[in-house]
Amino acid sequence: MSLDDLYKEVILDHYQHPRNRGQLSDPDVATRGHNPLCGDEVLLAVKMDGDVIQEIAFGGRGCSISQASASMMTESVKGHPVTDASALAGGFKELMAGSGSTDGLGGNEDLEALQGVKKFPVRVKCALLPWTALLEIIERWETAGKGGQN
Amino acid sequence: MAHNPGDAAGRNGTGRDPLDVAEIRRDFPILSRMVHDKPLVYLDNAATSQKPRQVIQALVDYYEQTNANIHRGLHTLAEEATEAYEGARAKAAAFIGAAGPDEIVFTRNTTESLNLVAYTWAADNIGAGDEIVITTMEHHSNIVPWQWVAERQGAVLKYVEFGEDGTIDLADVERAVTSKTKLVSMTHMSNVFGTINPVKAVAKIAHDRGALMLVDGAQSVPHMPVDVKDLDCDLLAFSSHKMLGPTGVGVLWGRREILQKMRPFLGGGEMIEIVGREETTYNVLPWKYEAGTPNIADVIAFGAALDYLTALGMDRVRAHEIELTTYALDKIGAIPDVTIYGPKDASKRGGVVAFTVDEVHPHDLGQIVDYDGVAIRAGQHCCQVLSSSLGVPATARASFYVYNTPEEVDALVKAVEGARAIFAAEVSSVVAR
Repeated sequence: MSLDDLYKEVILDHYQHPRNRGQLSDPDVATRGHNPLCGDEVLLAVKMDGDVIQEIAFGGRGCSISQASASMMTESVKGHPVTDASALAGGFKELMAGSGSTDGLGGNEDLEALQGVKKFPVRVKCALLPWTALLEIIERWETAGKGGQN
Repeated sequence: MAHNPGDAAGRNGTGRDPLDVAEIRRDFPILSRMVHDKPLVYLDNAATSQKPRQVIQALVDYYEQTNANIHRGLHTLAEEATEAYEGARAKAAAFIGAAGPDEIVFTRNTTESLNLVAYTWAADNIGAGDEIVITTMEHHSNIVPWQWVAERQGAVLKYVEFGEDGTIDLADVERAVTSKTKLVSMTHMSNVFGTINPVKAVAKIAHDRGALMLVDGAQSVPHMPVDVKDLDCDLLAFSSHKMLGPTGVGVLWGRREILQKMRPFLGGGEMIEIVGREETTYNVLPWKYEAGTPNIADVIAFGAALDYLTALGMDRVRAHEIELTTYALDKIGAIPDVTIYGPKDASKRGGVVAFTVDEVHPHDLGQIVDYDGVAIRAGQHCCQVLSSSLGVPATARASFYVYNTPEEVDALVKAVEGARAIFAAEVSSVVAR
């Protein structure tokens, strides 16, 4: 176990150059994920087109792992149907908190780079934070009859 | 059970000569362990301190030689255990200048001590429209119990805001404390800023308006001389585990006349005098507040910790930390892109240095320096109100104690530089992936 497992280049890249960071002017669903232990925060908003995540943006403040994970997550689900996003979130949770298998990531190499986080139990929560927010958004969107109101 | 304070403690005497830190370090077995193949540099003392072998040995001795329930048995072990337990109480009383051991109530920790006051004194003395005054730099344990009191009893919880340098302005206290104020509760030393608050002056303001003064001494009692007569406060809470003693032991000190009038907290064995079918009369102080079998072993070992600190001399502990904090403020402050929070003058603060580094989140910092063997805290330090008032979601915090050295501050600085290097290296965004 070394620090290199955690701070891989691709993770630092997403941290320094976050994708989809910002706000949506008219989101269909938005939520705030928060880790009270460390103060990490992820604000997540989506704009839907039917059942496809047309736009997705994140904000908030947090450590490199939570922010890189948010960046990778938004990049991975943007333009994809909710069912795919939901499955990917399940796959990512399996990687972090379950078997540790990368099978559920559909060959997404960026996300696979986060598997080193599993060796640092206190950081697993950081990596999961944006994904938990995503699942909450999906749940709310589905509960709202897929009309997707805030 | 007699425990001689360490050679380190004894040899130094009580003069003004500085602590012999090298000698002190030999009393702490944990300081010789390695973390990630590096010598441990333990700088998380505001969270909990390490324990000298004298304290560890007191626990072993108790369980190997003395273990018995106290205040009941007529046999030798019970007598010895009772004597050692009550001996620790007398040491705690002497340590903070209490009027007597009967003013010392053992709890689990500072949090329980504060809650005890909230559930007993506050329940009977704070009514609708009354005010409780605290500050925005309080630990959650000195906020949440008062939010509950306010909610249950219709009282008003008022905050005195800290200033830019993490200090409290007495003029703000003057304004906040009114004739409706029944309680002022304030930390003596901030666990984030390190600020030493003017609790003596605040106690005077509180008393002038007819309010009680409760002091959270979790950070101050372990690190500086604290005398309750001098502070002229009414109640003081602190914990054993932050002052070389075991976890699971806290102290609530209260003025005798206040503790006598307060109703008991937990009901059960030991706290009673006569139990009838319908009602019960209570034991005298301090046992009225100690229902059930207490944490006997850890209280006795806490006594060994108090012996150790007393032999070192709290004035010399304080002098050592002022020196180390001055050095740390200087060295950490010299790292590029670093912001240090709290007073800049070490004589106005304890050995707690909270800081942030641009571009390196405290979480990442804490993780990276751990790989250099350096243990610091990162996050909100149980002070979310402080965090949001400051507008800084998280900080890194180094905190010192009697065994820390300038070389360890250097090790921290070097480790922080290493963390900066990881994040300073610009990773070119790979477009084609």
